[in-house]
Amino acid sequence: MTALLSIRGLWKRFPGVIANADVSFDIQPGEIHALLGENGAGKSTLVKMIYGVMRPDEGEMLWQGRPYAPHAPGEARDTGVGLVFQHFSLFEALTVGENVALGLPAEQAGRDLPDRIRKVSAEYGLPLDPDRQVGELSVGERQRVEIVRCLLQSPRLLIMDEPTSVLTPQEVETLFLTLRKLRDEGVAILYISHKLEEIRALCTAATVLRGGKVVGACDPRQETARGLAEMMIGRELAAPGAPAGTGGETRLELDDLTVISEAQFGVSLRSISLELKAGEVLGIAGVAGNGQDELTAALSGETRVAPGMIRLEGQPIGHLGPTRRRRLGLNVAPEERLGHAAAPEMSLTDNTFVSARTRLKLSLKGLLKLGAARGYARRIVEDFDVRTPGVGAAAGSLSGGNLQKYVIGREMLQRPEVLVISQPTWGVDAGAAQAIRQAIRDLAQEGCAVLVISQDLDELMEISNRFAVIAGGRLSAPRPAGETSIEEIGLLMGGGAHAAA
Amino acid sequence: MLRLEPRKERSRAMALAAPLIAVALTMIFGMILFALLGKDPVRAIVTIFWEPLTNDFSRSELLVKGTPLVLIAVGLAMGFRAGIWNIGAEGQFIVGAIAGGAMGLAFYDVQGVWVLPLMCLAGAAAGAAWALIPAILKVKFNANEILVSLMLVYVAGLWLSALVTGPLRDPDGFNFPESRLFHDSATLPILLEGTRAHVGALAALAAVLIGWALMERHEYGFSLKLFGQAPRAARFAGFSQPRTVLLAMAVSGGLAGLAGTFEAAGPVGQLVPGLPAGYGFTAIIVAFLGRLHPAGILLAGLLMALTYIGGEGAQLAMQLPAAAISVFQGMLLFFLLGMDVFSRYRLVPTRGLRKGAA
Repeated sequence: MTALLSIRGLWKRFPGVIANADVSFDIQPGEIHALLGENGAGKSTLVKMIYGVMRPDEGEMLWQGRPYAPHAPGEARDTGVGLVFQHFSLFEALTVGENVALGLPAEQAGRDLPDRIRKVSAEYGLPLDPDRQVGELSVGERQRVEIVRCLLQSPRLLIMDEPTSVLTPQEVETLFLTLRKLRDEGVAILYISHKLEEIRALCTAATVLRGGKVVGACDPRQETARGLAEMMIGRELAAPGAPAGTGGETRLELDDLTVISEAQFGVSLRSISLELKAGEVLGIAGVAGNGQDELTAALSGETRVAPGMIRLEGQPIGHLGPTRRRRLGLNVAPEERLGHAAAPEMSLTDNTFVSARTRLKLSLKGLLKLGAARGYARRIVEDFDVRTPGVGAAAGSLSGGNLQKYVIGREMLQRPEVLVISQPTWGVDAGAAQAIRQAIRDLAQEGCAVLVISQDLDELMEISNRFAVIAGGRLSAPRPAGETSIEEIGLLMGGGAHAAA
Repeated sequence: MLRLEPRKERSRAMALAAPLIAVALTMIFGMILFALLGKDPVRAIVTIFWEPLTNDFSRSELLVKGTPLVLIAVGLAMGFRAGIWNIGAEGQFIVGAIAGGAMGLAFYDVQGVWVLPLMCLAGAAAGAAWALIPAILKVKFNANEILVSLMLVYVAGLWLSALVTGPLRDPDGFNFPESRLFHDSATLPILLEGTRAHVGALAALAAVLIGWALMERHEYGFSLKLFGQAPRAARFAGFSQPRTVLLAMAVSGGLAGLAGTFEAAGPVGQLVPGLPAGYGFTAIIVAFLGRLHPAGILLAGLLMALTYIGGEGAQLAMQLPAAAISVFQGMLLFFLLGMDVFSRYRLVPTRGLRKGAA
């Protein structure tokens, strides 16, 4: 049997990171094929190449045995590839029908479109009224709009990018019925997810990516969730963690920290409690979008909470803003370097004022001390080996790794009592990542309490003394890193297994 | 073919050259415009840009017209840096004139050096309060400050008309819609004997200096820039967005109100419906032409004042329509914003047609 889509030796490199390395696998007609991997494993890049958004550096793809190299999504759609994004691209002020019409070629968006929408949506168990405004629809219904838009073009291959991450369990059931019906009609589905139970229930083949490489292929129905987790995370994780912490005094306490998110794709934090001691590194693992951003914001003071929910050296600080928390010794290095940790158009000197002006007195009675700021920026550049033409260079002109070293250096050299770092080595080349990890260990050695939030399990295993997992806004009980097995971590990350914590 | 390619870093040279190129382009296209109107283009440009500089009176008038422009533009620049768009400085200017003028009229014929400061205080406070209306609506209900502040311009204009035809009307003025002439203690001292240049020019200069210190050397100026460039970073830095919005609007409104009081207590000398001359709107051009930097605003304010005076001269000497002068001033902002694209992008030739473009 000729594969519907055959991927052969695809490579895609970005500065400092190889997103896909020699990826090969086949998708057969009428199968639901899982693409499994942690965030950053290279799934999105691969999908973008299949859908014509990006082009591979090397390798080829075959569509029913013939060469397939789409230059644009339109070409991919004409071939028969449909894609449903994780986040939708719909106009809230327009109706369902208008939204669908916008995504179709002009000749397909005719007068009979509403009827065709009704027909297709009824046929696949996705009830939709073409006249309703998208703004009134639930998240699950919005997803239906995207799916129906794809189905109207009769795709041969449907790519679903983390389709269930925003759905309720009932909506997931409905979606699965639809997907199985499509499969029975011979449509191939590439199903991207890290939810192991779902994949076992739905998929008949799976390709596992880790670090941009294919590390396994299996029939998920034959595997246990544990087996899949092992493949996804990698066995070498059993490596011993960092040396046990000194067990110093408690620096930071979270007591029943609860934040209800108001954003559409936000995650609410639910009763998070933990204690962070001087001299230790506590790692928080988890798949992106499980409350990490919200936790970081609550710790930095960008989100205020009840005073007692966060205590710094016994003092309630939940109600304080970022400036006063820094003065007391709690510093945060957020995940997003550009636009959050630093202003892209400002120089490295000016960017020191963002977080270091109170603790290092770079601003006295509101007056900025430019000389002192320049001196501090130079110190960061020197101590953290930031490659830049000078401290007058705009933050946005630095490479990701160098900017990350700058941001982390800016917080570390302030000698905080507690440092929270989100995704310390995200998108950073290997050399810089190693330097950052070493700096984190050194800082803890000097008695700072460090909280590291990361999706990179290898990294967390390497640097943390204790270890917890965040999933769905809940935090598992921290435990010594050496005693946690990969299976447990994988199950916790996959969600649903809070009981294990 | 040519296409725009994003620059890695904003070009400082281009950012500084843009106003100069814009002025040159405005002159060229202004000459085309004047030629189409059947006027001698070279003579028009000379009349607008050169003749006002050739006699003492016109030179002093530069200060008269430059003062409100610079005062208002310095205030506006602070908000603009933070992405807070106060478009209603004209309205704040009017309520400043009303409040300052009313204060002067309340103490009519009372002598004392305290009268003028009191008027200035009232004018600045009224302008700030007027600007706080859109600010509070923005903070509380996320209302668009551009629309609200702009609409309040017309409200303020109608208030002025209503007051000078009612409570503030000159009792001995034969029912003309105007107030009494301010008495000496309520009139701004003249800076240069025999001209209309008043001490308000010193206040404008002070605003430039203080504005520079605040914007370039103070944490508040830093927070404004940060909110304008990276709002998330500003919140991370610990700056409060509502406070920033309220303060920026109050400061720009206050300066516009002060300019309004100066206009009433200076060159005009009373409250009349025709008091607002569009300084509040022109100051927007001045702020951008001056690169939102106080020193630049000082130069830009004088340049715009020049086009005002020269424009009046051209109307008189060459019968150029007033609208042509407005178009001319508008062109300046148009070309400036157009040139600004090139500080972020560079123009590069495309190498032939790309094949297989879908």
